[in-house]
Amino acid sequence: MTDRRAVLRRVVGSLVLGASVVAAAAQEPSYRPVTQERLLSPEPENWLMYRRTYDGWGYSPLDQVDTSNVGSLVPAWTFSTGVNEGHQSPPIVNDGALFITTPGSRVLALDARTGELLWRFVPELPEDLQQMHPTNRGVALWGDRAFVATVDARLFALDAGTGEVAWETAVENYARGYYMTLAPLAVEGKVLVGVSGGEWGIRGFIAAYDADSGDELWKTYTIPGPGEPGHETWPGDTWRTGGVSVWVTGAYDPDLRLTYWGTGNGGPWIGDTRSGDNLYSTSVLALDVDTGDIRAHHQYHWNDSWDWDEVDPPLLIDVERGGATRRALVHPGRNAYLWVLERGADSIDFLDATQFVHQDVFTSVDPKTGRPEYDPAKTPGTGERAVFCPSWSGGKNWPPAAWNPDTRLLYIPANENTCSYLEGVEEEYRPGRTFMGMEGGFVSREGADHYGELQAWNLDTREKVWTVEFERKLWGPVLTTAGGLAFIGGTSDRYFRAFDAATGELLWRQRTNSGVTGVPTSFAVDGVQYIAVLSGWGVDAQRGTAHLDGAIGTRTYVPQGGVLWVFALPD
Amino acid sequence: MRNRRAVLKSALGLGLAVRGLRVLHAQEGDPRKARPREGDRFVFAFGPREGETIRVDDVPMAGEQVICYAVDPASGAVRDGSRLNQVLLLRFDPRSLAPGTSEVAADGVVAYSGICPHTGCDVEDWSEEAEYLVCSCHESEFDPRDAAEVISGPAPRRLPSLPLRSEDGVLVAAGGFSAAIRFRKEF
Repeated sequence: MTDRRAVLRRVVGSLVLGASVVAAAAQEPSYRPVTQERLLSPEPENWLMYRRTYDGWGYSPLDQVDTSNVGSLVPAWTFSTGVNEGHQSPPIVNDGALFITTPGSRVLALDARTGELLWRFVPELPEDLQQMHPTNRGVALWGDRAFVATVDARLFALDAGTGEVAWETAVENYARGYYMTLAPLAVEGKVLVGVSGGEWGIRGFIAAYDADSGDELWKTYTIPGPGEPGHETWPGDTWRTGGVSVWVTGAYDPDLRLTYWGTGNGGPWIGDTRSGDNLYSTSVLALDVDTGDIRAHHQYHWNDSWDWDEVDPPLLIDVERGGATRRALVHPGRNAYLWVLERGADSIDFLDATQFVHQDVFTSVDPKTGRPEYDPAKTPGTGERAVFCPSWSGGKNWPPAAWNPDTRLLYIPANENTCSYLEGVEEEYRPGRTFMGMEGGFVSREGADHYGELQAWNLDTREKVWTVEFERKLWGPVLTTAGGLAFIGGTSDRYFRAFDAATGELLWRQRTNSGVTGVPTSFAVDGVQYIAVLSGWGVDAQRGTAHLDGAIGTRTYVPQGGVLWVFALPD
Repeated sequence: MRNRRAVLKSALGLGLAVRGLRVLHAQEGDPRKARPREGDRFVFAFGPREGETIRVDDVPMAGEQVICYAVDPASGAVRDGSRLNQVLLLRFDPRSLAPGTSEVAADGVVAYSGICPHTGCDVEDWSEEAEYLVCSCHESEFDPRDAAEVISGPAPRRLPSLPLRSEDGVLVAAGGFSAAIRFRKEF
């Protein structure tokens, strides 16, 4: 790493003198380019994308840290980001170069073995930017570049060795409520992103950019325009401002050349303002990776009135049904149902749906189509208040579930016993201002003795195998490993924990500086396995804690400030 | 090159200071971008009466905030060139105002910045039960009767206030904001 330090010094020196940094960049030592082959079959020691693999499993094949020794895990190094608010990005690692992002869309590159800073990228944000969700969920890697999507709706390509900007492009106009928080998806030389802004009257979309040039290759709206199939599911002009944001990284099936993305709810929040199914809100979309064409979709629930975004993309898992293996799309939904669908070249077919926490809105789910019916008393309307469960935070929010092919269990970070009330209020659309049209709040379900749950599901039998309960809500993404472990933070008590993936037994825990909402990853350098996670409470976890405090009369203080924790076994 | 400059500025305090001066200069030169100041009147920012001058009687008693912009009396320019210029007007029984607040009120009308000092969101929600201003992003609550004191939420400080007077029932700014419009952009 000596060479990189030298380069860093030269870069800083050049900047101070106002000279070009290009010459310094040319001397950057070799960085192993990320290719399609490597993304399809990453080396065990590397974690090259948001969930490590395109199938979204969140699984590391490393097994040096296992159930027998995880109890002795200790911090190897830490790094303070110097930034407050919600830290959610996975530490992404390519041959010992580690990349994280922070609120403010900053990127930090670190030596994965020593924690030494290699470079830092700090975009200048506009003076008048509003940030409803000050967070970022990580970089994508392709070639010798790292890509970050920013909170003012720009996409940057950075030299992975130096942090220098190779190109940038404006994906949309932040002043009209568009922003980005997701990690881009790098696939086949393209960089794919989706846009946030469902609370601001945007029209959501997914777009692909050429990784080399930054040119836009395709753009697919999540709300069909006039003349497109599904447009008729939006009355009048509601399609122009109907939301349907996309803020979590999609999955990819290389055999079908289809990329799968989850979509947010329609806007404003209350469904009677946009009567109809509102395609493709609260759905999974299968897009042709070459053209962006929508090849298939499945809408989990129609005409949402509960703010149940279904932005988490499905995990691509083979499941057994009736003695046959099905290529499935598995989605533990914010609407509290575990959806299992079958994917094909031009189809997504419903297989089954199983409720995983209390939900009192659906009165039925059609066994052939998966279409739910609703209890009108549990459906908020304009001027009509309804109380419903789970809360608008959902049975499971954005923190990703994980699938372990060894235990064949799916690990769901769930929330039980939370409910909400909502009532629609009329609101006029004004560009760049919130467009939610609702009043509401949170209540605790009667008799609740806990809220967070880490659940392990056998997808073949559709049975829950074990559950770990937490006193307060759970906002933790899950990592699972070949060492037979499931790692998760996500609680306001600031712990990061390891469980036996087969039994749910707590094997290790570390109290951190703040609450852990980062996506944990595992990697190896020089034969040593590391577990890494960002601690840094904020955004929805902080808000959700305050909501629960209000509902049950408690006061919870979780300090802020981002720290990357990297753990290993003692020497 | 925009990006390299951005990195440079962020790395060097000097860069930020230079940029700050430029922004200030721009605000001085363009009345639409300048913050409200003594002598300004106010107009509705939205709705059927957008652009109309606001009188004391136009502000509902103990009701939701009126979102407005100041007007430069010299040029007639509406100061809507920056979102950060928006002003909230509210009206209460003068006897219900805290001492420091009643001093800057006009016939019970108080004025505050409409920008939340947390992350810069518009303060456009209203709690009818508590009669508090509420940030629409992160739900910080402010007491408009008491200098917009923070009641709850992540806002680190109160909303800047704007002193008022009334001239024949028309609301007029008696000065500028009590503090700069600041919020966390980069945390």
